[in-house]
Amino acid sequence: MDFLSQALIYLAAAVVCVPIAKRLGMGSVLGYLFAGILIGPFILGFIGKEGQDIMHFAEFGVVMMLFLIGLELEPSHFWRLRKSILGLGSLQLGLTAGILFMILIATGFRWQAALAISLALAMSSTAIALQTIKEKGLSQTVSGQASFSVLLFQDIAVIPILAILPLLTFHGTTISESGHQTFIDQMPGWLQTISLFLAVGIIYAAGRFLIVPMLRLIAKTQLRELFTASALFLVVAIAMLMQLVGLSPALGAFLAGVVLANSEYRHELESDLQPFKGLLLGLFFIGVGASINFDLIGSQPWLIAGLVISVMAVKAAVLFFAGRVFKLTNDQNLLYTFALSQVGEFAFVIFSFTGQLKIISPEWMSTMMAVTAITMTITPLLLLLNEKVIDPRFGVKEKPADREADQIEIKHPVIIAGFGHFGSTIGRFLRANGVEATILDNDSNRVELLRKMGFKVYYGDATRLDLLKSAGADDAKILIAAIDSPETNMELVTTARKYFPDLKLMVRAKSRIDAYDFIDMGMTDIYRESLHTSVKMAADVLTKLGHRSYTAARQGQKFLQYDEEALIRMAELRHDQKQYILQARENFRMQEELLSQDLRQNLSEYDHAWDSEEIREGLAKNSETAK
Amino acid sequence: MSKRILILFAHPRFEKSLNNSLLVNQIPASPNYTFHDLYERYPDFNIDVEHEKQLLEDHDVIIWQHPFYWYSAPPLLKQWIDMVLEFGWAYGPGGTHLQGKLVFNTITAGGQRSAYSKDGYNRFTINELLAPFEQTARLCKMSYLPPFALHGTHRLTKEEAVETAGQYRRLLESLVHDHLPVDQMQSFSYLNDWVINQTL
Repeated sequence: MDFLSQALIYLAAAVVCVPIAKRLGMGSVLGYLFAGILIGPFILGFIGKEGQDIMHFAEFGVVMMLFLIGLELEPSHFWRLRKSILGLGSLQLGLTAGILFMILIATGFRWQAALAISLALAMSSTAIALQTIKEKGLSQTVSGQASFSVLLFQDIAVIPILAILPLLTFHGTTISESGHQTFIDQMPGWLQTISLFLAVGIIYAAGRFLIVPMLRLIAKTQLRELFTASALFLVVAIAMLMQLVGLSPALGAFLAGVVLANSEYRHELESDLQPFKGLLLGLFFIGVGASINFDLIGSQPWLIAGLVISVMAVKAAVLFFAGRVFKLTNDQNLLYTFALSQVGEFAFVIFSFTGQLKIISPEWMSTMMAVTAITMTITPLLLLLNEKVIDPRFGVKEKPADREADQIEIKHPVIIAGFGHFGSTIGRFLRANGVEATILDNDSNRVELLRKMGFKVYYGDATRLDLLKSAGADDAKILIAAIDSPETNMELVTTARKYFPDLKLMVRAKSRIDAYDFIDMGMTDIYRESLHTSVKMAADVLTKLGHRSYTAARQGQKFLQYDEEALIRMAELRHDQKQYILQARENFRMQEELLSQDLRQNLSEYDHAWDSEEIREGLAKNSETAK
Repeated sequence: MSKRILILFAHPRFEKSLNNSLLVNQIPASPNYTFHDLYERYPDFNIDVEHEKQLLEDHDVIIWQHPFYWYSAPPLLKQWIDMVLEFGWAYGPGGTHLQGKLVFNTITAGGQRSAYSKDGYNRFTINELLAPFEQTARLCKMSYLPPFALHGTHRLTKEEAVETAGQYRRLLESLVHDHLPVDQMQSFSYLNDWVINQTL
């Protein structure tokens, strides 16, 4: 098939399937997977065997994704995560591989094959898990960080795994013809180790002293496509270098990303590579869908079903246990368990490698590959099941528990969607001024904290109509759209305007561009984000609720001053505390402390200078004593 | 043509002041009266000078209504005077835009009227203490009228307050007339006294 018609098939499948999947609330990953199954050899047959090749090509999307993840992760932040990466990661990988190894031995596999298979199956899919977490806006939550830690550990672990696999072969099978051979294989062991370190060192040094000056030069040419080209060049070059020394290209790209996270070109690189990453990942998922061998499944359905179920059960059990050890709350734990319970894309690499090394038979190799693809396909469905059925039952309840059954529900005039650093300032300010707000947030830990602090909080996706309804959007006066992700915020505004035309909307804009978009939508109360605008917005809420605007403005000024002082206090406090394994958890503790400090401080105290009531009382007391 | 009246109101804590809301409530609901709430309009003190100048041009009688804090006006009204009464517009060469307009202060004060006298504990009369406003008006070629005052706000009974508020209403109503007896009004030390004199 020629290039154009191929492209047409892939793009059409994506364009048709992904919006449908999104519409049904299943996320884009599942859409791509179904698109792949649809055009694959077993349904429409538009693509045949090349599904595998496409996947190899599209694995580059995973490399790019890790580069972008690295970019978003500053080295200091990475360093803070080290405990969870090592602790949670090694626990998950070791335990999962161990249990699967025993099971495989018990069912009669040779130990070499059992080891290879169990290590491959212990891997989870970075592409699926992180994509889903990001889409749900959960990157900064405890479950998001736990997932990230485990995935990063696995990415690192791939290197030694690929290194030991050749040692498992019998009768010295060599694979020099396979193309996986690299030039350093001819070197003695100590030299190999040195070249590994050298490669990592080169990436670090290049990131520091070569790439940034190069980007600066290219940025000067003012040619946008040239910058895009050099960004792509960068990632490809790193991938090449890593393959040359036998390291995982994904890991190398991740390292390069971390090194460049502090550079001034971080955002340009991000925005330039984002579309490529998205397309390649989409292609990758389509490839996974297309490569599911339904003939094989049809010929041994029970074996495959059994394998899928037992593998996922073992993985999920270990993940849940590890989450328990690291004290994740139930629903955060469930979320990360389901997000990581599939077998990942690295398993494809390991399986094909072990197949070439003849550690396992070709039949088992394709069976295992089918199992891997199926588990990847099931994951988004499981997450959906968790979100709709399991979590509402066992996790944080969507609605705040009724305190007393017969108590008439208090309707708050203000709803705040998103209680991140912007929304929380508004909530705190309003509370200090005696205005209670209903809060919508999708981070279960934060929801629990806020409920403990006496806020009325609804848990879930604020763009959902039913959630907005139950939060009282029909009767509220003002809805504050303060969600961190601009896309979600935009979606919320669209929904709210359509279904609650009487609701006054005040929106947080992340950037000038977002502000333009809101203006185009006819919004008037737009606040480009910062501490000052969040306080300004909160003061304007008071004015809209009928407070005098000068009083609101002064309360705002006072709040800014108080918050500045609180910041200094908290900064000191931060260093006294024990090291937290998850950064997100420390953030919660800080927020809890801040909210309780707010309560102790009487921010609503008025200026006595202009309050004649005070003088009147004083005089009255005086004349009483005079009599 | 009847006169148009502009009430420039400055109170940083209006929501706490019963007496001022009582006075503000006396303003007749008629297009001849414009109530301009400075603290509500400019919470950050960023006065729209062009808008204020236009308002002044559109009116014939200007009232500075404010509490008499520390023998003067709250800061935003001073800011308003500083910013709006521009050289070359309100005073100085070509500064004739306010020429002939009437202006006076309506104040609420904690002390009794008797306290504002040579022998009282405030040592000066209200008229003496308002000299900066009077001179400001004069420099802008406006006619300055004596103040309307609500005294003793700290000890005032409801009846006394309502009575003074009624005088304020009568004053506001009479201000729309074309031919105001300016000289006669200026001969009283308070406009309150002129209103009482008219009623008798």
